[in-house]
Amino acid sequence: MLETVIFSLLNGLVYGLLLFLLASGLTLIFSMMGVLNLAHAGFYMLAAYFAYTISLYMGFWFGILLAPLIVGLIGGLVERYGLRQVHQFGHVPELIFTFGVAFLLEEVVQFIWGRDQLAYNKPEILEGALFTLFGADFPIYKMFMLIVSVLIFITLFLVLKHTRIGLIIRAAVGHPQVVGMLGHNVPLIFMVTFGVGTALAGLAGAIAGPVLGTYPGMASGLGGIMFVVVIFGGLGSLGGAFIASIMIGLIQTFAIAIDGSLADVLALAGIIVTEETFMYDIWSTTMPQVAPLIPYLMMVVMLIFRPTGLMGARES
Amino acid sequence: MLKVKDLHAYYGKSHILQGVSFEVGKGEIVSLLGRNGVGRSTTINAIMGDVDCKGSILFNDEEIVGLDSHQISRKGLGIVLENREVFPTLTVRENLILGIKNMRKTGRWKIDDMFDMFPNLKRRADVSAGALSGGEQQMLAMCRALMGDPDLIMVDEPTEGLAPKVVDQVADLLTEIANRGVSILLIEQKLTIALKISARIYVMGHGRVVYEGTSAEFEKNEQVRKDWLEV
Repeated sequence: MLETVIFSLLNGLVYGLLLFLLASGLTLIFSMMGVLNLAHAGFYMLAAYFAYTISLYMGFWFGILLAPLIVGLIGGLVERYGLRQVHQFGHVPELIFTFGVAFLLEEVVQFIWGRDQLAYNKPEILEGALFTLFGADFPIYKMFMLIVSVLIFITLFLVLKHTRIGLIIRAAVGHPQVVGMLGHNVPLIFMVTFGVGTALAGLAGAIAGPVLGTYPGMASGLGGIMFVVVIFGGLGSLGGAFIASIMIGLIQTFAIAIDGSLADVLALAGIIVTEETFMYDIWSTTMPQVAPLIPYLMMVVMLIFRPTGLMGARES
Repeated sequence: MLKVKDLHAYYGKSHILQGVSFEVGKGEIVSLLGRNGVGRSTTINAIMGDVDCKGSILFNDEEIVGLDSHQISRKGLGIVLENREVFPTLTVRENLILGIKNMRKTGRWKIDDMFDMFPNLKRRADVSAGALSGGEQQMLAMCRALMGDPDLIMVDEPTEGLAPKVVDQVADLLTEIANRGVSILLIEQKLTIALKISARIYVMGHGRVVYEGTSAEFEKNEQVRKDWLEV
C-alpha cells in the first residue's frame, strides 16, 4: 500500500511537471496575446523528433539541448511572419491559423520520419533504477525529468519575478497596449514569449520522447490534457497552471494505481453485484479504465461552477 | 511641438474623426473639450498609434502616423488613458518602474519625486495597484507616464469620478508638470479644471474641431458652451 502511494506520488509529480512545461507556455501566450495556440502540442512533438535525429549524430545531450532551441526559434518565426500578419483580422482567424499549423506539423513529421514509433532511447547513464523500494524500481530517467522540470519552473519563476523583462511580461499579461504606450516594444515581447513558450514545449517533448514514445500521435495524446490544465487552472494564470498540472498528474497516476470499481465499494456495504445486476457495466468499470476521463470531467465541472478556473481573471 | 492636421479615423464603417486639426506648443497646457462620443479619446489614441488613422501628425516636426505605440512613446509622447489602466496585480513601485523607458538615463522625474509629491503612494509602494482608491490610481497613472520623461503628455479625463479635494491635487500636479517644461493636452468633458489651468481651448463636435480660442475668450463665449458642451 505504502509502496503504491510513494510510487504514484513520484510518477504523478513527474507527469504533472511535464504538463506544466507545456501549459506554462500555452497560458503565457494566451494571456498576453489572446491566442489559444492549438499548435502548442505540435511543437512538443516536433522537438521530440528533432531531439531523436540530433541524438543519432551528436548524442542524447545535444539533442535535448538543441531541439528546444530550434523549436523555439521556429515558434518565434511562426509568430513574427505568420500570426502577426493574421492578428489584424481578429481572434477567429488566429485560432484557425494555429489549427492549420498543428496539422502542418503533424503532416511534416509523418512526411519526414514516417508513421512508426522511433527508437528514441535514453542514454546509458540514465538507464536503470535510481532506487528500489519494496521490490519495485524507480527509474533514474524519471528523476532526471523531475529535476529538469523543477529547474525550469524555478528559472521561470525567478525571471518573471525578479527581472525587468519579467516585469514587462507580467504587465503585458492582459494590458499589452498600455505597455506599448509606455514605450516597451510589445511586438518583440510577443515574439520572444511565443518563442520561449514553444521552446518550453519543445523541452518537454525532447525529454518525454524516450519514455512516452516518439510517434505522430504524441501531440494529440498530450494536447487535450494540456488544454484541460490551462482551463482548469484559469486561462492566463501561471500559478493556476502549476497547481492544475500537479493535481491532474497526481489524480491520473493514483487513478491508475487504484485497482477497484464501484462494485467493490458496494461489496463493502454488503451489496453483491453480479452480471445480472441492473447497469452491471457501470458498477464493474475499474478506476484505471476511467482514469483518462477524469481530467476532462474535472474540466467540465470546473467550467460549470467556476468558468474562470482556479485562479483565472474575470474576462473583461 | 504637436501639430495634428486633417486627421481621419474609422471604426468599421462609422467615420469617427472627420478632419481634426489642432496644435500644442512647447510647455503649453491645451484642453480638448467636448461631449461624450465626439471623438476626443479616439483623437489621442490615434496620436498614440493605437487607432488606425489618416492625415498628418507632426511631433517635433516629425511625421508619426503609422508608427507603433512604443516608437511614438519613445519619441517623447506620454498618455494617461481614460480609465487609468494601472496594472492592478503589480505593486505601486512596479507600476512606476514600468514607466521608465531607459534604465540608464535619468529624466526630469525620479520615483522619489513622485513619492514626495504623493505620500499616499509612498506609504502604499508595495501594495497592489488594484487596491488603491480611484484618486490614488489616477495619480499613479500620471506618475507612471511621467517616469518615461515625456515632452508632451496627453491626459484623458483625469478628474472623472474624483472627490473635489482630489481634483485640486490633479490640477496642482498638472501645473507642476507644465512648470518643468512638459506640454499637456488635457481631455475633459467638464470645465472643472480645464479653464483654470489651460492657456488655450479646443472644442470638438461631430468628429472635428468646432471652436478654438484662449481660455479668456472661451469663458466669455456662452454660445459655444451651450451648443457644444452643456448637456
